[in-house]
Amino acid sequence: MSARLAVRDLTKHYGGVQALRGLSLHVDAGEVLGVVGDNGAGKSTMLKILSGAVFPSSGEVLLDGRPVRFANPAAAYDAGIATVYQDLALAGQRDVVANFFLGREKLSGNWLARRVGWLDGKAMAAHTGSELARLRTRIPDVHLASRDLSGGQRQALAIARAAAWTGKVLLLDEPTSALGVEQQQQVLDLIRRVSAEGIAVILISHQMPDVLAVCDRAVVLRLGLLAATLSGTELTSENLVGYITGAMPGREP
Amino acid sequence: MAETKAEAPAPTLPRHHTLWRRGQAAVRDLWIGGVLLALIVAFSIGSPYFLTRANWLNTSSTATEVLLLAVGETFVICAGGIDLSVGAVLGFAGTAGAWVMAHLISGSPAGASIGIVALGFAAAVAAGAAFGLANGFLVAWAGIPPFVVTLGTLGIATGFGFLLNNGQEISAIPGSVVTFGNTNLGGWVPVPVLITAVITIWCGLLLAKTRFGAYALSIGDSREAVVRAGINDRRYLLEIYTLSGVLAGVASVLVMARLGAGSPDSGTTDNLNAIAAVVIGGASLFGGRGTIIGSVIGTGIIAVLLTGLVLINVPPFWQEVAVGAVLIAAVYIDQLRNRKTARK
Repeated sequence: MSARLAVRDLTKHYGGVQALRGLSLHVDAGEVLGVVGDNGAGKSTMLKILSGAVFPSSGEVLLDGRPVRFANPAAAYDAGIATVYQDLALAGQRDVVANFFLGREKLSGNWLARRVGWLDGKAMAAHTGSELARLRTRIPDVHLASRDLSGGQRQALAIARAAAWTGKVLLLDEPTSALGVEQQQQVLDLIRRVSAEGIAVILISHQMPDVLAVCDRAVVLRLGLLAATLSGTELTSENLVGYITGAMPGREP
Repeated sequence: MAETKAEAPAPTLPRHHTLWRRGQAAVRDLWIGGVLLALIVAFSIGSPYFLTRANWLNTSSTATEVLLLAVGETFVICAGGIDLSVGAVLGFAGTAGAWVMAHLISGSPAGASIGIVALGFAAAVAAGAAFGLANGFLVAWAGIPPFVVTLGTLGIATGFGFLLNNGQEISAIPGSVVTFGNTNLGGWVPVPVLITAVITIWCGLLLAKTRFGAYALSIGDSREAVVRAGINDRRYLLEIYTLSGVLAGVASVLVMARLGAGSPDSGTTDNLNAIAAVVIGGASLFGGRGTIIGSVIGTGIIAVLLTGLVLINVPPFWQEVAVGAVLIAAVYIDQLRNRKTARK
């Protein structure tokens, strides 16, 4: 069985700078893969390639075993790979429904309504409400402006939206870094629920406790290469930090 | 609602708190309507002529021109832009329409016909649309700030309007145009007012209830979010500025029909008034927030000020002073409210 998403021998250089030097990794459906590494290890370059923002210099990306190449982020999104960046890309003054459906609005049924782009506001609100409830996000009212939500609720909205519209792979970039302790916990719970629905989640994080709490497996990147793959009893804070800093020698899985 | 039957633990914000938030927003939108009502009451007390048919016809005619520009401007401002060119485009479009009609009449042995009128109107609307397209293209594709683009097209449209007839107005247009512009249905509803009302209601629904309106607001709120969602933001910006230009063209037809001439400087004061109406009506100059009903009320305040001050014998030069002062006051009050909301 092929992995949901895999990359093989991925390289990327910017002029003379090698950001990725032959990275291979994979993530299965329903799995949460942690990606850790020091600044400059290649995490964000990998994220940009997977989300369609940049082309790799060489190597390939396989989605469900088939090679894919994204012309732009919208193409990656359409293929089933959604990215939630740290800025969340929410429209602050627009309500939760408008943000949840942004770019995927539901129009009313009849011919004329479709011509003029008439929104089916009731159905959109109901669907947003049920999706957010199903993922047990703590958003009290779908008609609140997104800027009136707490940081954790905003993060939850962005994740729930990405999960709802993509369904295959969810890329999360430091989802808990700006949050308080309780809200971090809520977001981690949400990540688990999303993955339980069969979505492959890639979690990029500097927060070792987060990685230990939700990830089935974690990979450590160092200098554009895979330094280690850790799972089960090997997945410990000491090991993660050891491989990140280079205190433990890198090795192939 | 679905969220109430969620099996989730208690929401972090209690329910009454969120209703309170939404209530506040509604009150915020209504207070400006209270200002309009207060102005009407004050002028009615100040002048026995204020609540008369003659003054209604006068006020509503003034309001139609400003309102059509304000409606287009609402979309532009909601989308985070500004269109400074609408007044100049109105002047140019009306002059262009009159120019077309005047030339067709002089070449036609039969004199004025309905075809000539239709061509003249079409030319005016097309002239407005052309400027709107140019604005939209330069903003969306060339990436030039809207303030700069529309300041430039303000100058260009003004110049073109003057060039058409050496700076003079063109009054050799068919008499049927003037009849059209000065017909009152039932004595109370001028045809231009009716046309403006229909367009305004349609645009109100367009902004509040359709995908086009939702994207205009979202683009103004966070263009980054819109782009990331895979929406073609440039196409929508082009359409938004074009709508503004088309409505300026339609307004120019109504002005021309009322005055019986196409005049290049007929929209000079309407520019400031339209932008002021939108901002008084609660739209945010930073984008993302605004309603057509707000702009209607904003236009009402300006129109009532303009005609009411005359009726209570204030010298007409004070009109502009009053509009400018109300504009600044409205934006200041809006900022105070926003600061309160932001400081939760």
